[in-house]
Amino acid sequence: MKTKMSTASKLYVAFIIFLLYAPIAVMIVFSFNSSASTSVITGFSLRWYESLLHDEATMKALRNTLLLAVSSSLLATVMGTAAAVGINAMRNKHIKKVTMGVTNIPMMNPEIVTGISMMLLFVFCAKLIGVTNALGFWTMLIAHITFNLPYVILSVLPKLRQLDKFLPEAAMDLGCTPVQSFFKVILPSISTGIVSGLMMSFTLSLDDFVISYFTQGPSFETLPIRIFSMTKKRVTPDMYALSTIIFVTILLLLILLNVSQVRGEKKMSNRLGKGAAK
Amino acid sequence: MEDNAIIELKSISKKFEDEVILDSINLKIKDKEFMTFLGPSGCGKTTTLRIIAGFLEADSGQVLFEGKDINNLPPHKRQVNTIFQRYALFPHLNVYENIAFGLRIKKMKEKDIAKKVGEMLELVNLKGFQKRDISSLSGGQQQRVAIARALAVEPRVLLLDEPLGALDLKLRKDMQVELKNIQKRMGITFIYVTHDQQEALSMSDTVVVMNDGRIQQIGSPIDIYNEPKNAFVADFIGESNILDGVMLDDFKAKFSGAVFQCLDKGFAVNESVDIVVRPEDVDVVPYGEGTISGVITSNTFKGIHFEMIVDIDNFKWMIQTTDYYPVGTKIGIEIEPDAIHVMKKSEYSGLYGDYSSFSDELEQLSDVNAVEEE
Amino acid sequence: MKKSSLMKKLTAAPYMLWAAIFIIVPLIFVVVYSVTDAAGNFTLDYISDIGRYKDVMLNSIWLGLIATVICLVLAYPLAYIMARSKANVQRTMMMLVMLPMWMNLLIRTYSMMILMQDTGVINTVLSALNLPNIHMINTQGAVVFGMVYNYIPYMILPLYNIMAKMDHSLIEAAEDLGSNKLTVFKNIIFPLSLPGIASGFTMVFVPSVSTFYISKKLGGNTFSLIGDVIEMQFKSVNNYNLGAALSLVLMVLIIICMLVMNHFTGDDDDGGVLI
Repeated sequence: MKTKMSTASKLYVAFIIFLLYAPIAVMIVFSFNSSASTSVITGFSLRWYESLLHDEATMKALRNTLLLAVSSSLLATVMGTAAAVGINAMRNKHIKKVTMGVTNIPMMNPEIVTGISMMLLFVFCAKLIGVTNALGFWTMLIAHITFNLPYVILSVLPKLRQLDKFLPEAAMDLGCTPVQSFFKVILPSISTGIVSGLMMSFTLSLDDFVISYFTQGPSFETLPIRIFSMTKKRVTPDMYALSTIIFVTILLLLILLNVSQVRGEKKMSNRLGKGAAK
Repeated sequence: MEDNAIIELKSISKKFEDEVILDSINLKIKDKEFMTFLGPSGCGKTTTLRIIAGFLEADSGQVLFEGKDINNLPPHKRQVNTIFQRYALFPHLNVYENIAFGLRIKKMKEKDIAKKVGEMLELVNLKGFQKRDISSLSGGQQQRVAIARALAVEPRVLLLDEPLGALDLKLRKDMQVELKNIQKRMGITFIYVTHDQQEALSMSDTVVVMNDGRIQQIGSPIDIYNEPKNAFVADFIGESNILDGVMLDDFKAKFSGAVFQCLDKGFAVNESVDIVVRPEDVDVVPYGEGTISGVITSNTFKGIHFEMIVDIDNFKWMIQTTDYYPVGTKIGIEIEPDAIHVMKKSEYSGLYGDYSSFSDELEQLSDVNAVEEE
Repeated sequence: MKKSSLMKKLTAAPYMLWAAIFIIVPLIFVVVYSVTDAAGNFTLDYISDIGRYKDVMLNSIWLGLIATVICLVLAYPLAYIMARSKANVQRTMMMLVMLPMWMNLLIRTYSMMILMQDTGVINTVLSALNLPNIHMINTQGAVVFGMVYNYIPYMILPLYNIMAKMDHSLIEAAEDLGSNKLTVFKNIIFPLSLPGIASGFTMVFVPSVSTFYISKKLGGNTFSLIGDVIEMQFKSVNNYNLGAALSLVLMVLIIICMLVMNHFTGDDDDGGVLI
């Protein structure tokens, strides 16, 4: 059934992969260029990496980005998981349908519309309470939580649906209070959905430019916004250096994640095994 | 008898969206007895069980545990535990942790937990399965883990909701024996729910036959089989020919156009009644010699006996014999007085006990449906 | 149990409140701003003003459509090849397709610019080979190419997902019944992959039509897309009302396009959005 690829297929795959990676490869090569040229390689140097490290604004943007991504993804995961539990328990089909419909809006709507709609709300509220420069960390946090929530809900909800509906009853039967049964039985059973929702939120938040762009203020700059303002000007290759670092970091993270997942599973079974042997 | 009732239900009623599920159920369950709720799907047996467990609240009525009202006691505070239809084992925990779950909630010492889990695994014949993943177990093994998990917390009453429904026939028979043994060894009350009459008769001390949200009959398996109270019970438990009859006088019943001697009395003169005759209680005699006679319309070999459908006076009887008669044979019928059961007319009269449209295949089909609906 | 199910329902309350304030209300704001003027009085001037941007709109949809179709044509065979290769090869290829998506869109687009500039890498290589240079940057073609490059993974993934799930015995059964490769494709593979096409189409078309960064970097100042115009109203001209009106129209146009698309595939596959 699963056949070996023909030569034509191989060539085609190579062609697409080449298209996908050519710009990235070019960027990595030029990040090590000794001159500021973006078309001629003059020699190998690490000078752009050095200048990047001394670029206080970029470093700060990096810290801001991580702060925003961590806080927004955690908050969205908590609220989204609770929401999924609530939606799953809903009996009224109409309320359920409307809730799911609203949940789909941020995913289906163009990012630019989501961005400007929130900007309008924030600017209006700021005017109402007489605050200037309302846009900043808090508005971005709200925006990021908002676009992360649907992804959390949609990755937790299927896990809840798959859940044997008698599990919570079995837990209560064995002496759990309803709250205990949630934390001891339901939560562990849907943990894979929660973790994948958290991961998705984190990366979406890390990567987001469009919505951040409309809800940000001068007081709080994230990396994508910083990159945007850097690419407005005539660019120096420290931009490529930054991009290369990001790319390599993501690559390493992905590999690490795969390795730790395999290890984690082994550890888990070991721990449980010990518990039983005691 | 009044004093050793561990659970008592007092006029329990329950509706789901205007549909009456339970209609004033009154029942006493004795300590250490094996009691079975038996009935077709939708009869209210599982609902009754869930009300005892505390997962459902009755609309009206009382649940008493050793004389005390436990209506408002949440499930986790009740001294009853449940074996669920599909076991409801925790998929994220292994066998050991599943059985230890209730003990950990009780904050038992690790040493005592290990001891108890060991005992339980031995009880259900699963020694050495501690570290196994739930998903790696067969249906029968999962069933055993569920029993061990529920018994580990030492309940006074174990509720079993069609626990063997998902197992194949051979395994089901083995587990029936094993469950009965466990109940005897643990010395606790078992309340069992099933739609399988054979299962109910072979395991229980007391059988409660239910239909349409009402208790039809309570009694020992032998009583239920031999002295069914109405046409529904007679038909649901085993095979029955149920006929319209008239009590001419004490010990004298008229049906199928003939008068028979019977052992029943106390009916009004000429009162209309339902007559039950079990297929194995009919004696076949040569044509012309019996009280009544009929023509064989079909005959199926069943291993220990032949099962014939016989047309007697335009009513189709089921008759079981060990001798073979070809289809079309005219036979005589004789019925001993103790084989005739007389029942008062009920709402079920005329609904059951006629084999005119009988076929094995249909029977099996409806059985499958009953299991799926549960 | 009554209490616990009530509690469960209440857990959705914070989210429902949040969604009302930060999803529904902002959209109401878009509508309100588009029918009021700067002083807050009701007016339909901005809505009627949109006629001026008809060409920009149509051009945006046209370029978005071309990009989406190119993505589909390129991604379809790839997804098919992926779905039919060995399990470990599938996983590796999946990683390779996903990896560029983890790279910021701005950076990816900027790299495209480096490649396509008049003095960029491609032209430098062409010069070194004594070949004539090609003018690529600041053309519509460059913008479409940028869209394709940035969003093609969104087309590959849903297509691959649906093809990997496809029951291979169906294809064998069809071949067994005497179909040749082309009819098998026409009658079985293609109809079964329609939901994947629909969700891939949506996932590429929506961001393509509404983009402003790609057109800015690769299209230069030679022409604008609808996204550019909206961005301008909010970030430099500060005409929020016109911006809101344009956004409203963009939203409506996209909804119409989706409805047409769903009508053709006959399947509104809302689960497909989350790959």
